[in-house]
Parts: sequence; C-alpha cells; structure tokens
Amino acid sequence: MRRFMGLAALAAVLACGGANAQQVNVKIGVLSDMSSLYADIGGPGSVAAAKMAIADFTKDHPNVKVELISGDHQNKPDIGSQIANQWFDVDKVDLIIDTPNSGVALAVSQVANQKNKIFIVSGAAASDLTGPKCNANTIHWTYDTWMLANGTGTAIVKTGGDSWFFLTSDYAFGHALERDTMAAVEKAGGKVLGKVRHPLNTNDFSSFLLQAQSSKAKVIGLANAGGDTINSIKQAAEFGIVKGGQSLAGLLVFASDVAALGLPTAQGLILTETWYWDMNDANRAWTKRWQQERQGKWPTMIHAGVYSGITHYLKAAVALKGNVSDGKAVVAQMKSMPTDDPLFGKGTIRPDGRKVHPAYLLEVKKPSDSKYPGDFYNVRATIPADQAFRPLKEGNCPLVSG
Amino acid sequence: MFEIFGIPSTALFGQLLIGLINGSFYALLSLGLAVIFGMLNIINFSHGAQYMMGAFAAYLILQYSGLGYWPALIIAPILVGITGILVERFFLQWLYKLDHLYGLLLTFGLALIFEGVARNYFGSAGLPYTVPDSLRGGLNLGFMFLPNYRAWVVAASLVVCFGTWFVIERTRLGAYLRAATENPTLVRAFGINVPRMITLTYGFGVALAAFAGVMAAPIYNVSPQMGAELIIVVFAVVVIGGMGSILGAIVTGFGLGVIEGLTKVFFPEASNTVIFVIMAIVLLVRPAGLFGRRA
Repeated sequence: MRRFMGLAALAAVLACGGANAQQVNVKIGVLSDMSSLYADIGGPGSVAAAKMAIADFTKDHPNVKVELISGDHQNKPDIGSQIANQWFDVDKVDLIIDTPNSGVALAVSQVANQKNKIFIVSGAAASDLTGPKCNANTIHWTYDTWMLANGTGTAIVKTGGDSWFFLTSDYAFGHALERDTMAAVEKAGGKVLGKVRHPLNTNDFSSFLLQAQSSKAKVIGLANAGGDTINSIKQAAEFGIVKGGQSLAGLLVFASDVAALGLPTAQGLILTETWYWDMNDANRAWTKRWQQERQGKWPTMIHAGVYSGITHYLKAAVALKGNVSDGKAVVAQMKSMPTDDPLFGKGTIRPDGRKVHPAYLLEVKKPSDSKYPGDFYNVRATIPADQAFRPLKEGNCPLVSG
Repeated sequence: MFEIFGIPSTALFGQLLIGLINGSFYALLSLGLAVIFGMLNIINFSHGAQYMMGAFAAYLILQYSGLGYWPALIIAPILVGITGILVERFFLQWLYKLDHLYGLLLTFGLALIFEGVARNYFGSAGLPYTVPDSLRGGLNLGFMFLPNYRAWVVAASLVVCFGTWFVIERTRLGAYLRAATENPTLVRAFGINVPRMITLTYGFGVALAAFAGVMAAPIYNVSPQMGAELIIVVFAVVVIGGMGSILGAIVTGFGLGVIEGLTKVFFPEASNTVIFVIMAIVLLVRPAGLFGRRA
C-alpha cells in the first residue's frame, strides 16, 4: 500500500511537470528551388538555416519536437502547389517556409489559406503577397519589391539619377518590382523613359542593353534576379554602359550574386537588403555556424529570414501550448507577439502579414577595399523599419480595409 | 537617319550585328551536334553539359594553375574532349546499332549527372570570370559600341566553323569519315581503323562544345545550368538546319541568331519562343530541315 502511495505521488509529480512544459510537436517544410537559378539564394542554404533555428530553439525548450522536411518546386507554380497540397494533407506539415519565385509563392499562399495552415515567405519578393493577394495564413518575412524599389529607387533619384529605363523579368516578380520601382522613382521626382521585358533565364542581354543605351536614360534598373541579373551586369560592363555615363541599379541583388560576379565587375553597384552577414558580431557568429554546412558560400537575407521566421513560429507554438492545427489562430498569435531574434533584432508583424524591420542601402566595395573573402559592401544608409516597407493603408490588402 | 517599322536604322544595324554574335554561339554548338549526329548517329544531349564543363574548366584552370583565357582556350577543350572520348569508349560505342532513343537517353542522363556534380561542388549562383585584358574595350562603329571581345567571338567562330566544314567536306580525312558512316565494314576492309576514328570524332565534337564554353565564360554567367538553357535552342537550330548537315548547322546558327536579335527589338517577350515557331514551320514545310537530305 505504501508502495502504491509512493507511485501515485510520483505520477502526480510527473503529471504536474508535464503540465508546466507541455509537449509541442510541429512539422515544418522548407519548399524552395533546390536545383536551379535560385538554389543559392534559398535552396539547401535555407534548409541549413532551418536546422539551426530548430536546434537553437529546442536546446532551450526540450519539450518542443520539430520534424523538418524539404522539397524542390523547380520554379513551377503547379509543382509548388502540388507539393504544398501533399505536405498539408498527407504529411501533416504545419508550416511551409521560404519559397523563392513569386509565382510559386502566390500559388502556395492560396493553398495554405484553403487548408488553414501557415506559410512564411522569405524567398519571394512580390509585394502583392501582403497587398491585394494577402490572406490570414501568410506572413511575408524578409523583404519585398516595394521595399527594394523604395530603398534603391528613391536613393538613386536623390543622388541625381532621375531618368530610368527598365530591364524586367517577364513574370509576376519582375512586373511587381517594375511597378513598385516606377512608382518610387516618379514619387521622388524622376521619370521613366522606357522598359523592355525579357523572358526568365535569358542568356544574352546585349540586345536589351543596346535598347537601354539608346534610350539615353541615366539609370538602367534591373528588375530581375539571380542568373538574369548576373548576366545583365556582366554584359553591361562589357558594352561600356557604365563607362558611357549610365549607371546600373540592381533592384534585387544578393550576396551570392556579388560573389558570382566578382568585385571587379560588381563594384559601385547600389542595392538594398535587410540583412548582411558582416553587419555585426551576431551575424558573423551565425554565418560561421551556417558555413559549417555550406562551405565556401555566403548566407543571404533569405537564409537569415528562414531562421528568424521559424524561431518566431516556434515561440508562438509554445505560447499556444502546442495547439497549432488552426493556422489562422497561430498566425494571429504570431502577429500579437513582438519578434525578437539575434539576426533581425526586434520587430513586429503587421495585420496584413508584413514583417517589418530596418533595411540597409548598400554599395558593393572596390576590389582594393575588400579585405577578406565575403567583404562585399559598404553600408550607405539605414532605412528605419517604419519607412522601409509600404504603408499599411496603401497595400489594398482585404484584411486591412475590411 | 531613316526609320524601319518605327525603329531608327542605326539601332537596327546594331541589333543585326548582335544577332550575328549570338548566332556564332548557336553555330559553334550546333556544329558539334551536327558532326556527332552525322558521323555517329548519336543525338548528343549532353552537349549543353559539355559546354558548361568547358566554361568550368576555364575557371578551374585559372584558379589552380593561374593560366588565363588564352591557354584555357586550348587546354579546356582538350581536357573536356578527353572526357568525351572516355564516355564514347565506355558507353556510347555499345549503342550504335540500337535505336536513336537509347543514345539520347544515355547522354541526357549523363548531362544530368554532370550538372548535378557541378551544382554540388560549386552551387548554382555561378562563378566569376572576366574578359581577358587584351580584349577589353571596344570599337565605336557609329551606330553601336562593339566590344572587342564580341568581335573576337564572331571571328573565331567563323574560322572554327568553316575550318570544320572544310575538313569534313573537302579533305581525304573527311572523305574517310563520311565513307565510314555510310559503310563501316567496307571502309575497314581498306585498312582504316574505323572505331578509333569514330571515337576521335566524338572527342572532337565534345571539344567544340567546350571551346564554345570557354568563349562564353567571360560574357555569360558560368553556372551549372548554363548549358541546359542553351541546348534546347541549339537542338532547334540543328533540326531547322537538317540533322547531321554541317553547312546547315552553321548557316542556320548564324541566321537564327539574327532573327532572334530582331525579335528582341520588335517583340521582346517572344524572343525565347521565336526559334521554336520557326522550327514548327520548317518541319511542316520541309520535314528534313532546310539543308537536310531526305532519308
């Protein structure tokens, strides 16, 4: 009998312990471009960042168990939504994260909304994700086209680059970036002289560059990404565009693109990012750990965003005591808590799903100023969080206007 | 200054010239494909990957031995050509008697492997490679600025293309090759080592792809998928020219470059489809291609 009492007491103690730290089980899927032009800005690097976020969080919260899977959407919206459907329905994934390529991200955002799950966008850029196409299941984490346009576009017009010509990638992302940049340029008093839309994954830009050259615009805005941006910049240097007095504005340039171009070609380029690995000690320490899995590579803001997004999601999951099946409730919880992590510092998530934090106007260094591998940028200006992103009311998001 | 369809004539001349430059890449690549198909009856789907390997070889030669563009232009095609010879000896030689489809599938699989390996070690963003110092700068032609490097690309491509055409169509060695394709047994009876000749031909075709890769490295992004993007267009070029026709590959390569260049002015969104539209029309009207012999 005494023995039984002892066991009962032990059981009671254990039960209490369990109630204090409830077991939380979640499953996260990194959906990215694993094998094509965006694989270095997201891809396996995002998976590495996700693993780090999970390891860091579960170290302090041993009651949280996270399962991580990853998939390749091949930059095709149909494949992306097919994987998302399967993950949500069959594999019981609670959160999909990353997803570069705005076309795919817009499709997956719809799926997450229909299934009432969660989608955190770090890789895609189209500001429509928190504009007309926003929904209560999607959070846009790292950056967007409005922020890029506003940061780079406004800064360049202010320094005298007041006439523009656009080279635009012909799909959702390019159109959004072009539209947002045109608005920013015109608002700052500049004018747009022309534009040309090129297919995604174009090899040769000389023909487009020649059109840009004959437009006599002071600035050629590159509303494209990845390999297309690299090819544009490489060939613009060859055709003497910059020497001829026109300047290039890389509207979306990542650290990995600068590495691929090399500083002799990329020097002087002005760009906007929300995170740079060499900005402070916390970023450098994080990068060192990240590089253990991605040797010789440089993390992009997308990778940092995946880390930050997962960290905040897990905090919300713990606050909800593991009740993560209702996606809208979890997103609402995430919006109600301020964000705080070593990479982006303190921030908030707005009602339209936009995560806000400061952005940085950067300039690619001259080769002679670069002291060690990865020493890419000078920070020219910091755009405070409340000015970096599109004002809440201007986005036409149905969640805001009601 | 006069205008053609609302485009100033000077701009149009510029675009024509640029089309010709891009055409030289199409011509170089489709030439290799045509040689391989004409002599080996193999549809070499790994041609794009071998073009990529040429560019990567140039990068690695620079990194590990410090040798620049000019030595790489010779060494890289030789190295990649040797890998081609190994591929032919180990795999392709067993497939000559089988349907075309087997060669196509094998080379396609190899292309995926080559690209996957490159992506695994170098990532997908690309590697830096710059224009050699001796070809920096350019010439102002009045209607456009012609970079010296592009002028060199056209010249080198023309020399290589017509050199190859001359060797195959006008020399004794070329005659042996063509005879060996028609009737290998008979040619062997004359004491000519046909299998070795076929092996070297494949190696040469692959080396041509690698040569184009080195030529491309300073101006295009050197990334694992650089060949996969180009190869589909190049196949269309070969089909339009007539499978296996060497002159056809060269002429259509340059011609389609020009047509694509013009599309980029008048209707840029269609610039990556125009070649396939032309291919469809040519196949309807002349199924054997513009320069092909009817089978």
